[in-house]
Amino acid sequence: MKKSVILGAMTFAGLAAGAASAGTLDDVKARGKLNCGVTTGLVGFAAPNANGEWEGFDVAVCRAVAAAVLGDSNAVEFVPTTGKTRFTALASGEIDMLARNTTWTFSRDVDLKFEFVGVNYYDGQGFMVPKELGVSSAKELDGATVCIQTGTTTELNLADFFRSNNISYEPVPIETNAEAQQQYLAGACDVYTTDASGLAATRATFDDPAGHVILPEIISKEPLGPLVRHGDHEWGDVVRWSLNALVAAEELGITSANLSEMAAGTENPEINRLLGTEGTLGEMLGLSADWAKNAIAAQGNYGEIFAKNIGEDTPVGLARGLNAQWTEGGLLYAPPFR
Amino acid sequence: MSTLTDPPKEQFRLSMLLYDTRYRSGTIQVIAMFGFMLLAAWLINNTLSNLAALGKPIDFGFFSEPASYDINQRLLEYTSRDTHLRAALMGLLNTLVVAVLGCITATVLGVIIGVLRLSSNWLVARLMTIYVEMFRNVPVLLWIVFVMAILIETLPAPSAFRGESPEATMSLMDSVAVTNRGVYIPEPLFSRSLGDIHLLGQSSLRFDVSLDLIAILVVLGLSLWAAHRVTLRANRIQEATGDRPKTWHVRTAIIVGPMLVLLIALGFHLGYPALKGFNFQGGTHLRNSLIALWLALSLYTAAFIAEIVRAGIMAISKGQTEAASALGLRSNRIMRLVILPQALRVIIPPLISNYLNLTKNSSLAIAVGYMDITGTLGGITMNQTGRELECVLLLMLVYLAISLSISAVMNWYNEAVKLKER
Repeated sequence: MKKSVILGAMTFAGLAAGAASAGTLDDVKARGKLNCGVTTGLVGFAAPNANGEWEGFDVAVCRAVAAAVLGDSNAVEFVPTTGKTRFTALASGEIDMLARNTTWTFSRDVDLKFEFVGVNYYDGQGFMVPKELGVSSAKELDGATVCIQTGTTTELNLADFFRSNNISYEPVPIETNAEAQQQYLAGACDVYTTDASGLAATRATFDDPAGHVILPEIISKEPLGPLVRHGDHEWGDVVRWSLNALVAAEELGITSANLSEMAAGTENPEINRLLGTEGTLGEMLGLSADWAKNAIAAQGNYGEIFAKNIGEDTPVGLARGLNAQWTEGGLLYAPPFR
Repeated sequence: MSTLTDPPKEQFRLSMLLYDTRYRSGTIQVIAMFGFMLLAAWLINNTLSNLAALGKPIDFGFFSEPASYDINQRLLEYTSRDTHLRAALMGLLNTLVVAVLGCITATVLGVIIGVLRLSSNWLVARLMTIYVEMFRNVPVLLWIVFVMAILIETLPAPSAFRGESPEATMSLMDSVAVTNRGVYIPEPLFSRSLGDIHLLGQSSLRFDVSLDLIAILVVLGLSLWAAHRVTLRANRIQEATGDRPKTWHVRTAIIVGPMLVLLIALGFHLGYPALKGFNFQGGTHLRNSLIALWLALSLYTAAFIAEIVRAGIMAISKGQTEAASALGLRSNRIMRLVILPQALRVIIPPLISNYLNLTKNSSLAIAVGYMDITGTLGGITMNQTGRELECVLLLMLVYLAISLSISAVMNWYNEAVKLKER
């Protein structure tokens, strides 16, 4: 025993022991349920609907993985996490994967020992202010009070942005999006800053969305994506390729409408490989042959999920922008299924 | 004649450890001790090896890395380029501020409420009962959130102070601004300041000491000492002659005079808050997170202290009150001179644990976004560095140290007031 006696180690021994057990895929299959970490509530990304069922853009990823692994898109236990609790929940094994608009950064990937399996939304940090303030640029925010969710990358970007522009601000740290909304609407802060998609989603729930503007500056790159624990590569592959299957499905023109037709066999060998009528991709992942078909059947392909939850026809109203397929000038690019 | 001999000395045998009642309890304790130590060693070993397997061995190196986040309430100079250690220090100071303010307010409120609860005035006594029952039966977290919600929702935003005919105006002759971002009060400024001394160079624990403050404290200390000398002299004269000379005007002059001269020499004036841009600038900003936490913790703990004070007073026999009133004392003097000094002996030990509770409850600060040590070291730092075990262990050590210090001070005070038995 090199280290001196430390109290409280007991609490962590259990946590650490849980994390060390290998084979998340087997655990999920044995449990018959996927534990998926999501936000405590961000409309369009993850929030319970009127019937208490979780729905949203991040939720759809959880459902697709559950469908790929277990064949049932409802076999998901959604665990709401805050910006502060999400990593501990994942590291301790409380959740199998985290789909909570989490930014892929070097230190989270390498130092915090997580594995980002891809990007499901290319985002950037923005600022929202009430229109009546008459602010048109983030650089005019000298001396403003800024509401910020604590424990996020946005907190660090904010400090860097104001510092590099040599202007001052007063941070008001907030735990959840709902509290931030309350403080912002009451005028306890002038500005709310988070990922631009989150701002749009939050603004969509206001009584008067038109009274608030999102400033043009996007001050950071925020590639948001699902993540798993580092070291369990089989499970990481399952989540990564479930996400890729959704993206590839859009590119290949597979939609929930024509899915059963395409699953009967097509002229395109890549579609056949993806949907399991040719080759053994499912077996290689340790899943059934129709894993990708189930994943796509859950909520449709990437484009359908986007349009349904956060697209331009929804209250959130986000354009595809960077999140269009590479063939349409966006960044979405699924590696080949071969 | 027979000679008495010592009884034959029993040889110690190993089996006696178990069968001889003289040794048995010792044996059991040693075995239990070993068992406990093995368990502890296994747990620690398990933790360390699991952490190593995760690739996260215990390492405190992150402390010297830049924190990269800002803290709104900072008692020392701090920027986002400072280290995690300095961020933790800011959090520690914020914890201490709210703990000290809370303990003082809770004690004052608690004593008043406890005494009033015993009042013969039916209405006052009942109102105090309602206060106590309301506050101690609702979790303190709810009170904190509730007070914060009231501050945010009912007070005007700084923008309401703007314009030709503003909706809100500053109070106390335009010197205090009460907003939903906090209260701005005038701050003391010195136009001929003596400057600061910088201690500990460029390290993470560096801090500045204001020479103005030192000068004020030194002058105040000297004047108080001189005033005390005047009182002693008056005592001597009274003992010698029976007449006590009037000293209050001399003492007042000794205390106030030098202080006035010093303040004028330093160019003392008040800096008033004024609305500039988005917020009030100038003055001291008491953030509503601090006010909410401070108020809620004080009101909550005061309810418990009130009960302790009531118990302490009721523990003093009624004969004391009757004897004192037979001597002709009025009821408020009986309370102040006879009952409370004796009740203190009963009050102080449970009071210590309430001070500790208040200090530990201050870790709920994150609910209102107050950056205490749980918010900095146990919140943002932990989240950004991913060093959960290290941060939580340190956090536990910090709270342990604070609590033990409070206990030590209060135990010393308890020794001072307890019944002297000779």
